[in-house]
Amino acid sequence: MNARLLPLLATLVIFLVAYAVCYAQYPAMLSTRVIGNLLTDNAFLGIVAVGMTFVIISGGIDLSVGSVIAFAGVFIAVMLRDTSLHPLAVFSMLLLITTLFGASMGAIIHYLEMPPFIVTLAGMFLARGMAYVLSIDAVPITHEFYEYMQRLYWLMPGKGRLTLIGGLMLLVVIAGSILAHRTRFGMNVYAIGGGAQTAALMGVPLARTTMAIYALSGLLAGLAGIVFSIYTSAGYSLATVGVELDAIAAVVIGGTLLTGGSGFVAGTLIGVLIMGLIQTYIIFDGSLSSWWTKILIGMLLFAFIVLQKGLVWTTAKRRIAGG
Amino acid sequence: MPQSDSQPLLRARGVSKVFPGTIALDGVDFSLEAGEVHALLGENGAGKSTLIKCLTGAYRRDGGDILLHGEIIDPKCTIDAQGYGIGTVYQEVNLLPNLTVAENLSLGHQPTRFGMISTRAMNRGAREVLSQFGLDIDVSRSLESYSVAVQQVIAIARAVTLSGKVLILDEPTASLDSKEVELVFDVVRSLRQRGLGIVFISHFLDQIFEITDRVTVLRNGRLVGSETTSDIDRVRLVNLMLGRELEQEVRSHGKTHAAAGEPRLTFTGFGRKGRIEPFDLSIQPGEVVGVAGLLGSGRTETAEVMFGVAPHDSGEARRGDGTVLNLASPRDAIAAGFGFCPEDRKTDGVIADLTVRENIALALQARIGWMRRIPDREQRAMANDYIRKLDIRTPDAEKPVGLLSGGNQQKVMLARWLVTNPSFLILDEPTRGIDVGAHAEIIRLIEDLCKQGMSLLVISSELDELVAYSHRVIVVRDRHHVAELTGGDITTDNMVRAIAAPEREAIS
Repeated sequence: MNARLLPLLATLVIFLVAYAVCYAQYPAMLSTRVIGNLLTDNAFLGIVAVGMTFVIISGGIDLSVGSVIAFAGVFIAVMLRDTSLHPLAVFSMLLLITTLFGASMGAIIHYLEMPPFIVTLAGMFLARGMAYVLSIDAVPITHEFYEYMQRLYWLMPGKGRLTLIGGLMLLVVIAGSILAHRTRFGMNVYAIGGGAQTAALMGVPLARTTMAIYALSGLLAGLAGIVFSIYTSAGYSLATVGVELDAIAAVVIGGTLLTGGSGFVAGTLIGVLIMGLIQTYIIFDGSLSSWWTKILIGMLLFAFIVLQKGLVWTTAKRRIAGG
Repeated sequence: MPQSDSQPLLRARGVSKVFPGTIALDGVDFSLEAGEVHALLGENGAGKSTLIKCLTGAYRRDGGDILLHGEIIDPKCTIDAQGYGIGTVYQEVNLLPNLTVAENLSLGHQPTRFGMISTRAMNRGAREVLSQFGLDIDVSRSLESYSVAVQQVIAIARAVTLSGKVLILDEPTASLDSKEVELVFDVVRSLRQRGLGIVFISHFLDQIFEITDRVTVLRNGRLVGSETTSDIDRVRLVNLMLGRELEQEVRSHGKTHAAAGEPRLTFTGFGRKGRIEPFDLSIQPGEVVGVAGLLGSGRTETAEVMFGVAPHDSGEARRGDGTVLNLASPRDAIAAGFGFCPEDRKTDGVIADLTVRENIALALQARIGWMRRIPDREQRAMANDYIRKLDIRTPDAEKPVGLLSGGNQQKVMLARWLVTNPSFLILDEPTRGIDVGAHAEIIRLIEDLCKQGMSLLVISSELDELVAYSHRVIVVRDRHHVAELTGGDITTDNMVRAIAAPEREAIS
């Protein structure tokens, strides 16, 4: 069996075991209502984590996405308040802005040979600052189209609701999976993660691919911002602080190697769901502090980093043995 | 092939490449026929890799032409060269370990249907390609799950499918064992049959004689000879590589053992698996022991094992008084009074961004411990002292070493060890890449040091240089110490013969 599937399998097993434990304690957790809420509550995180998966597979990191989500919310709210543009027009403007924002970070990373950490850290401050410039206060969104979107859902068997944004996240995950595993762009992303120098020697267009990776992350951060604004009906410049770290955690728990070159978009979805499940459990319990989410996620992260290191060692050993 | 009679497949005409301070290639001619394996030989710095990089467009050449089928081509990068039909496989496998075998073979030109990669077609194509190379493996597994030899064959397969005329193999066998080498050689032979022109770089003479049809030897950036492999014998080949004509050089210096008596250091059964076979060696005060051998023969490995860079796993080292030395790391070696100037100044030796003073103070500071900083004034006095003594040409002690010439950098590195006052100093290729004037000064310095009673081990591929200053010469071949020459026996001729001897037998 391919050793690279192991982290994904481990993630899946952890998710199923965790769900079983929750079910044993609270049988109500195994209902489509809980599942529907799980998808809706984590829709924005799931979307942004798909973009982060590409970035991390390529060996990079994107710290700007949390700020971009906040910027997106404020931008939409302010535009809808101050102009008479239709939300769909505002959405397309926003997605264009965040995609270009991501692409220019990718360009700086490639052409100026700067570490992604530094460049996207600057991007993080920049996007957050732009959000403040637009509005310091929370701006509520009241638009009939928003109410329409919020009412849209598909009633699953068992009375669970698959909302518009929950469904959108699933679509993004499916599209991301196809993009990663079945296109030349996806293969180039894995190639760069395996070794940028070698990939370039083998004919991978480094500049174009790097820019596309961060543009994709920017686009999905923008989309996550739209989803978040539908979810909260407001734009607030102090929202989603640290979401980039949640996204990174979800990607790593989902079995993607932090050093790049290996990972699955589907794993990221499970990573997001594990984090959501922990939160749901805490809500069900009612007496636990929500800080337990962070503690458990921290422990999970450690476990996965150790698992990844162990895998790297065993594959290295197998090869020396002549495998 | 009718056209190959008049036109070689690939030809380099007067190719030159200049780097700041050195001429890496000086008007080199090279021609490769279709259906031949052509060895490119030379010591470190001879210009082999520079020539290859010019041929594949990795370097811009400063002069000369490259002709393919008689037509001038100008590859601007390796991808460009690939388009012309010139593919390269390096010693380090240049594939992506995290992708599957099939993905590695098809990266950049995957079969697609409606914009999607068709994994089935990709895997089928990969299996077909590899079956031509006698490889029947699961192509959907990641590359890293296969041995280096298999990876190497996959790299060759990729290069051949993408280019298909000229294949350049840059030390493809360096990290393979003999069975794996056969696997690669079978592939090379079948490609020769198919009419590809293959450039083969290796420093294993046995492999050269086994697989190649012609050899071209470079030395110091110049072409020194190009001959049919079957017409050349080992001794002549080694002579070409090391730059000596076949002549009996009489030893004029007549050096014998310096001070007979107690050896300063005795190494018995000293070695490390996979690096250098166990050897015995004793060194007396004031003695210069030369080490001769080809690149990769175990000469540098000898020094590294002694200095603890690659710690020994067999044998022991004793001082003259019988106390056992602990040489598990360079730190231990420095504490035992050893010094080591490595072969590659730029990567292992001087720290280019630090000043002359800081570089000189480095080893002494390491020896006395980082907690007790040597005062600036003392450092400066020390640096100025050695700048004068070794005649280091620098405006002042505060100039970054990277700005000095090669010979002066070498002297700074020597000074660094001399301030620690070592009793045993190892010099690996101390005269490589420096001009003739500095060359003579370094040799004079070696002689001075040994007069002062220091023991030296000097590794060099300049055989006449070894003749000039060595009291004894160890010859290394295939990771074995195969011969020891003393006194009047130290001639370039004897050394060449010992290096070239095909079997592992002691030369007396």
